[in-house]
Amino acid sequence: MNSQAINPLEGAQTSAAPADSPAVPSSTPPGEGAQPPAVVLPAKGPLLTRTGWSAFVVALIVVCAVAPALNLWVPEGSPLHMSTYAVALLGKIMCYAIAALAMDLIWGYTGILSLGHGVFFALGGYTMGMYLMRQIGADGNYKSNLPDFMVFLDWKTLPWHWTFSDSFAATLFLIVAVPALVAFVFGYFAFRSRIKGVYFSIITQAMTFAAMLLFFRNETGFGGNNGFTDFKRILDIPIATPSMRMTLFVMTGLTLLGFFLFAKWLVGSKFGRVLQAIRDAETRVMFSGYSPLGYKLTIWVISAVMCAVAGALYVPQVGIINPGEMSPANSIEIAIWAAVGGRASLIGPIVGAFIVNGAKSWLTVAYPEFWLYFLGALFIGVTLFLPNGVVGLVKKLRKGSEQ
Amino acid sequence: MPLRLLLLWAALFLTVQAHALTAEEARALALGETDTRVEALNKAAVSADDKTVAFIQALSDDAVKTSGSQVFIVKDDKAFDPVTGAEKPLPADAEDVINPNLMRSELDNALAALKLLSGDAKLRAEAIKTLAGESDEARLPLIEKAWAAETVPALKSQLELMRAAILLGSSDKAKRLEAAALLSASKNPATKTVLIERLSSEPDADVKVALKAALAKVESSLVWGDRLGAIFSGISLGSILLLVALGLAITYGLMGVINMAHGELMMIGAYATYVVQGLFQKYLPGAFDWYLLAAVPVAFMASALVGAALERGVIRFLYGRPLETLLATWGISLMLQQAVRSIFGAQNVGVENPVWMSGGVQVLGNLSLPYNRLVIIGFAVAVLLGMAFLISKTRLGLFVRGVTQNRPIASCMGVNTARIDTYAFALGSGIAGLAGCALSQVGNVGPDLGQGYIVDAFMVVVLGGVGQLAGTVYAALGLGILNKFLEGWVGAVLAKIAVLVFIIIFIQKRPQGIFAMKGRSAEA
Repeated sequence: MNSQAINPLEGAQTSAAPADSPAVPSSTPPGEGAQPPAVVLPAKGPLLTRTGWSAFVVALIVVCAVAPALNLWVPEGSPLHMSTYAVALLGKIMCYAIAALAMDLIWGYTGILSLGHGVFFALGGYTMGMYLMRQIGADGNYKSNLPDFMVFLDWKTLPWHWTFSDSFAATLFLIVAVPALVAFVFGYFAFRSRIKGVYFSIITQAMTFAAMLLFFRNETGFGGNNGFTDFKRILDIPIATPSMRMTLFVMTGLTLLGFFLFAKWLVGSKFGRVLQAIRDAETRVMFSGYSPLGYKLTIWVISAVMCAVAGALYVPQVGIINPGEMSPANSIEIAIWAAVGGRASLIGPIVGAFIVNGAKSWLTVAYPEFWLYFLGALFIGVTLFLPNGVVGLVKKLRKGSEQ
Repeated sequence: MPLRLLLLWAALFLTVQAHALTAEEARALALGETDTRVEALNKAAVSADDKTVAFIQALSDDAVKTSGSQVFIVKDDKAFDPVTGAEKPLPADAEDVINPNLMRSELDNALAALKLLSGDAKLRAEAIKTLAGESDEARLPLIEKAWAAETVPALKSQLELMRAAILLGSSDKAKRLEAAALLSASKNPATKTVLIERLSSEPDADVKVALKAALAKVESSLVWGDRLGAIFSGISLGSILLLVALGLAITYGLMGVINMAHGELMMIGAYATYVVQGLFQKYLPGAFDWYLLAAVPVAFMASALVGAALERGVIRFLYGRPLETLLATWGISLMLQQAVRSIFGAQNVGVENPVWMSGGVQVLGNLSLPYNRLVIIGFAVAVLLGMAFLISKTRLGLFVRGVTQNRPIASCMGVNTARIDTYAFALGSGIAGLAGCALSQVGNVGPDLGQGYIVDAFMVVVLGGVGQLAGTVYAALGLGILNKFLEGWVGAVLAKIAVLVFIIIFIQKRPQGIFAMKGRSAEA
């Protein structure tokens, strides 16, 4: 079965080398006086272009200064005031954008469609949620030091996997470590036996489905189908105050921008080039002497960790995490954000996440009947008519107008 | 009901030396504390005549009123004296007799116990069923009487069991020992629970030993029923998985199209069945029992048409791009779900089993095979055979195989490959519709019916291997049986997780499924 046939030339980002060209490694054994390698690699482009950097700085200012100012200091009646609702919504969408970016790295740049990224998102979320549950302390409905659902289940002590949940530092570590470990184990076995293409997609879907069933059980110790909610504090600071919300918002924005730069650097590096070569012709990469396993596994783990960080930022802002986040439908939705914006471009998935989720939050309120029609049509329309997403469309239009 | 009561009374006249209802008894039954009333009831039931039965029935129907110490049966706004049967004026201050739940269940049991003495074997069998869980020693005399009078062997042995179960609670050690010996011959799962319960509260060591021996015997005779039961439910689940996966085996296995909307095509089949049922209810109520026969082709056609439209409209443009196909068909599935929600509402709709599909065959004491499951197993086999015939023996099947194996050559040979694609996809979709029709007989029919099965179905196809039907069959049955056996061990959710993990591991070992197509492609 061939790997997906996305248009390799259009899909590749700004780097000059067509991804399809034989990627001759620069690290071939030194020639020791033999002929120099015949292929000269193109020079590495800058991380961002001039316009790119200016746009990045503008985004940075908007996130760190403009949004807090509009929300916290502009009085409520003013037309410029940014409502709490808008802060919550944008913060949530930025989390989604991080997830979409992670999906883009694995799907757009490596050609591996994961239908199980919801698991990593939820794992990050649950790890953060455990910490937030412990922060409630004895202020829950049952006035117990245990989380409410455990009192309800008549448990007397915390289960073992809650051991480190009261330390914020350990939580931060686990947010990265747990999904990384899960992704590593799963990815190692899957990539080692060369599962690819649709098979891999279906297996990841089975994984998220199994995880969802597991987390739905009360005995698993994650609150069953209610999950975690009713958070009160984070780092002993009340979580629902405007300033705390804004802090989380800014943190999310900075993470998104940071991950964007990181991804940009990653895909431009040699590592990223090999990934794109694997996407376009895995067999040829193998015949050129590379083992794709390490590359695939690394990007898979990186992508999973990014997704988990998104989940960890998502939970305190939204205030709830439950196993529904692991439903196969949610994971597939992440893919459509990336597809709508444009795969194999880094700005695409971010744009896509904003477009789709903006439409979702508007449609589910205004015309709840039509949301699924719209989403379904989006899936069909994008795959049929916009293989490179909105970003690809804009590029095409710009090219057309230049000529 | 009146006819049955009449029969009951007639039977009572013949078999029991009736002891007439007295006014005190009637008072004791209707007035006072619940405990004393229950006591009175048990006493009265042992030697009941027709008047007592009528009175108990009236109590159970809430048709008894009291005024001071006077008791009346009220019928059609007239009051009667329960003892003499004469009509009496109802005093203005008459109050209803209130029956607490305890009293109510005692009344029901007493009525059932009285039915034990009926001349009609059917009534007796019914009564035995109602009384099955009974362990009240006060009922013993009545049951013994019924046991002595019983002539049908099957009922007699059931009564004997019931008697033994009651004896087990007796305070007399000899009686308990006797009961343990009697119960060890039982092949009924209920006996096991009775024995285990008694074992935990038994003070006497001798009786404990006897109980343990009896328990071991009962368990060994139950074990086969349990095993066969697990295998049967495994095969039953397997047959459903098979029906679901057969359609996928064509669209994915043969054509290589990932159809995430497959579950929704099943849902369409189920809703088509629902619509046919509604039409029969409205226009052909006489032939309602046979609506399924009409629903099968309708479900097939409905899903096949939708499938053909999908292939022509969307999937055609995505051949060779499996990941895009996956996303697009997922979009289709969302739209189909919402469409069904808009048309039929978000709630589940009710699809009834026809009369001939309800009930089941009792094979062993603890193993009964429901007809609807049996019918579905037969149906799955029929669909499988039909499909195998279609693919291997017909012209269409030949073309489908040709196009799958080598599209350009098939095209050169004059096969209209585009049309064959549509036909094949419609066929796969139609089979999904058949699966939906079958599912409507065993589960809920709602907009998300398909979602629950789609992951399982893909697992079956992936496990079975792509490209032929045999793998699908083995994988479906294997997964079904494995799932049911694990369910017995660890519960349904963990079983499901274990199966998914098993598949993920299995795919590691054999990425191409149980039956791999042999080939030399580097991409294999």
